[in-house]
Amino acid sequence: MSAQSAIPAPSHTKGPGMRAQVAAFSARHRSTSVLVGGSLVAVLLAFVVLVPPFSSFSPQNVWVDGFTNAGVYILLALGLNIVVGMSGLLDLGYAAFFAIGAYVYAFAASPFTGNDLPFWPMLFVGAGMAAMFGIMLGAPTLRLRGDYLAIVTLGFGEIVPITILNLSDYTEGPNGIGGISPPSIGDVPFPTTGNPWPYYVTMVGLIIISMILIYRLQESRLGRSWMAIREDELAASANGINTVTTKLLAFALGASTAGLAGVFLAAKLQTVTPNLFRFDVSFTVLAMVVLGGMGNIWGVAIGAFIVYEIQNVVLKQLNLFFDNVQVPILSDINFIEYQYLLFGVALVAMMLLRPEGLFPSQRRKRELHTEEDAEFGEMGDPMGAAPE
Amino acid sequence: MAGSAVGVTASPNPLVALRRSGAGPYLFIAALTVVMYFVLGPRQFINALTIGAIYALVALGYTMVYGIIELINFAHGDVFMVGAFVSLFVLTNILGQTGSATSLEQIVFELTVTFALTMAAIGVLGVVIERFAYRPLRNAPRLAPLITAIGVSFILQNIIQIIYGPSPINTPQVIPPTARVDIGGISVGWINIFIIVTAVVLMIGLQLFVSRTKVGRAMRSTASDREAAALMGVDINRTIAITFLIGSALAGAAGVVQGLYLGNIDFSLGFQAGLKAFTAAVLGGIGNLTGAAFGGFFIGFVEVTCGNFGYFVWAQAAVFMILIITLVFRPAGLFGHQLGERA
Amino acid sequence: MGSESPDAPAASAETILQARQVTKRFGGLVAVRDINLDIPQGGIVSIIGPNGAGKTTFFNVVAGIIDPTAGTVAFKGTTLISRPRRVWLESVLWVVPALVVAIVALVLGAGGAGDDGLVVTTILVAVALVATLVVATIRPAWYTTFLSRLGVMRSARPNDVVSAGMGRTFQNIRLFQNMTALENILVGMHLQLESNMVDHFAASRRQQREEAAAAERARELLRLVGLRGRDDELAKNLPYGDQRRLELARALGNRPALLLLDEPTAGMNPNETAQMTALIGRLRTDLGVSVLLIEHDMRVVMGISDHILVMDHGELISEGTPDEVRRDPKVIEAYLGTGAS
Repeated sequence: MSAQSAIPAPSHTKGPGMRAQVAAFSARHRSTSVLVGGSLVAVLLAFVVLVPPFSSFSPQNVWVDGFTNAGVYILLALGLNIVVGMSGLLDLGYAAFFAIGAYVYAFAASPFTGNDLPFWPMLFVGAGMAAMFGIMLGAPTLRLRGDYLAIVTLGFGEIVPITILNLSDYTEGPNGIGGISPPSIGDVPFPTTGNPWPYYVTMVGLIIISMILIYRLQESRLGRSWMAIREDELAASANGINTVTTKLLAFALGASTAGLAGVFLAAKLQTVTPNLFRFDVSFTVLAMVVLGGMGNIWGVAIGAFIVYEIQNVVLKQLNLFFDNVQVPILSDINFIEYQYLLFGVALVAMMLLRPEGLFPSQRRKRELHTEEDAEFGEMGDPMGAAPE
Repeated sequence: MAGSAVGVTASPNPLVALRRSGAGPYLFIAALTVVMYFVLGPRQFINALTIGAIYALVALGYTMVYGIIELINFAHGDVFMVGAFVSLFVLTNILGQTGSATSLEQIVFELTVTFALTMAAIGVLGVVIERFAYRPLRNAPRLAPLITAIGVSFILQNIIQIIYGPSPINTPQVIPPTARVDIGGISVGWINIFIIVTAVVLMIGLQLFVSRTKVGRAMRSTASDREAAALMGVDINRTIAITFLIGSALAGAAGVVQGLYLGNIDFSLGFQAGLKAFTAAVLGGIGNLTGAAFGGFFIGFVEVTCGNFGYFVWAQAAVFMILIITLVFRPAGLFGHQLGERA
Repeated sequence: MGSESPDAPAASAETILQARQVTKRFGGLVAVRDINLDIPQGGIVSIIGPNGAGKTTFFNVVAGIIDPTAGTVAFKGTTLISRPRRVWLESVLWVVPALVVAIVALVLGAGGAGDDGLVVTTILVAVALVATLVVATIRPAWYTTFLSRLGVMRSARPNDVVSAGMGRTFQNIRLFQNMTALENILVGMHLQLESNMVDHFAASRRQQREEAAAAERARELLRLVGLRGRDDELAKNLPYGDQRRLELARALGNRPALLLLDEPTAGMNPNETAQMTALIGRLRTDLGVSVLLIEHDMRVVMGISDHILVMDHGELISEGTPDEVRRDPKVIEAYLGTGAS
């Protein structure tokens, strides 16, 4: 896998040498390379937007604020990756855990409940609550076949927003809970308008820490168990792996990451409504994981960022562009409306043509191999589908 | 213990005897029907039967597809939704009908045309989806076709949303809801009778088809053991395609019914109904046609009961709980067999 | 040994596996009927029989993949596998602590405490439910004992069977295709490793040491089966014979006392078969591992087995030493058809 920054080159233009060296180095010094790579990317992004054409779309403040929002989705994608990418469990209701984290912080720090608990510990509490719900949902259902898990999680993902919507007495229903306190350091709260940097730096920190921890899990005995389960659950069980506990761990850890993202979202938007957590969020995050390359942690982060930018910037800009340029047909299309259609097509296309994702998980050892293996490494993939 | 026979012995326990006879599920359903009649009252009872018929038709498609390729076709609910919109198109754009029909000949003509065209179109849609989105992934890991199914689901929803917009649209109720008949002192709508009869006819037709025809036999054998069926000369691809054709056509019929009965439709119809119909299929025993039919009616009752007592929004949650309870306590469903195996 | 043996009590120290009247029916079909089997410590027992005789089904029952309809399997004196009873009761019991908490809370006046009371009760109920589910997933000893007191019997799962000390290979090779040979064996060693979540998150020294030692041992196992130096090759890229050997090495990862090998030489040429047979023999002599074997290749079976069971149509039709079985007319008939004996 590649520890390069946002735009990885297609592997056939760079020989295995350079890429293998970078990959091997970053594998040996994982945490450092994530820290350094992540920080570099964060700084780079902040400055790239000062340059045309990006500077003509929006001022730096707006860009950076947008990147912070993208960061929320990156966290979500990293978490879902543990469940779908690393363990092979299809969770279609991921947004429910996102909602739980957000509402936990809303209850903790808004005039609605009258509480004013500090943000930083609530990150852990929100993650923990989401994990608890993950366990409640997962324990009875993870022993079922994968298809059933998918539908059960889909149902859960529906039920949670509906419940929030209808228990108005406790959740303010459709209007949501507002006036949520932003994070603060000491007595100083984060600025909520104008200055995007505190939120941005916090988000970058959260992402880097999460990535480091998730990498450590992937490279541990637990990560190996997850991979074994994904490859062949029966064989994994026949080698002593308690598949139920192991899957439950993946599920709970994934849920806790979503909870974490939820707490941050609530603190940034200062308002939470049930609308923010519907199926299209679960679907979008799933699309990010699939496109980014299931199982590949950097790949998923990059994929999430790209998808978010497409959704929120590119499509908007396309609309503006064609409005100005007046090309027949293309001008009439509202690209934003079409985005989910595009995602659906992209998902189907990815599964059929390139199931390993745009940034396939080149497993660290493969680059150190002979030619033959390098060739197979290109086409083989974490899903085990036949080479193209 | 030497000499004790394994398996069937004269069991003294009446509960065990009941379970063994296989009559359990039927008794349960009979008891439930009686209870529901008294809980809901005759009018809502008929309503529940009608709504249940819709779910049953959709559930049949889920259960047939799962039985034969062990895949939850997430796009199936949206196929049903497309059916509703296709019937809208047929009625308003082709037949020019925007309200209720005025004569019996008109009703018969319009309904026949609508059902025929919609079922054919949606059947073909199902076959196309299978051919391009599922068949290439038949040997891929389980996750792949599930993801494609989600993708297809979203594609269908969004195409309809783009064409028809996000708000609900009124559909012509060809058989006017005001046309009623008096049965034993209760006023029953002709539309209800029509729907229930149509659904039952379709279900019986399906059952006969699956049990009596050569194609039906091919379907059953493929569902039971694909390799053996292939060795016996069954054309697996064709059999699976026919399964999708029939399952989707039934969903198309359900779509027509939805428009006729409820009078409005929107693009998210399939997503909502899909979960409930799938629960119905699981409740009845996935892969089992009778089970799916009964499951559909059961879910219809649950929904109407929730609505009756003013808790309509909780119908979804109730159905979800039924799903969880079934999967945890009796994953084989009412009519399925208990396997003793684990992955 | 022999099908007339009485229902023996717990095994002596020398019998490592005892199967008693193991039966499995699928609906109307009896796949395995009343099979009795004793495997002595350090013994090699083979099961042979025509296709469809029920050998793999029996194997799967012993390995914990399928629940038996009747009968038991005891390993090292403890009954591991038996027909499940009252499994539904366990699921029902999960709700009990949460219900108890809810009732206690109501009794203590939560109903009268308005909104706050409701919130606190809900939180307590949720915590009770989660705690119960976590216990149910981890299954500590006191939990399983409590359940068995209530008559809830759950047959061993495949991973329980492995932790008791059995390893297995599969008829159709089930390696982790996209993992390397070394990683496959490391998975096989799963239960030998002790690093926990804290170690994982911290990437602790202890974990690094343990992993390094594990990799060393995995390499030894590779050497043992003749795959020295092939650590980093993907399992799916290995030639067929090597894959079978890798699967065997993986099964040895958890230091099993008994190996279940399902057609270990299927698809091999005579040379490879001879090597595999010799390897299996070495496992017995060098590692003290007992072996239960399903095989079709008579040279292997006759050459290496201490004891042979012959199955047909789910039943035991003969057993004994290789010589005895070779001459048994029933066996000849089963393989060659009537009229050949």
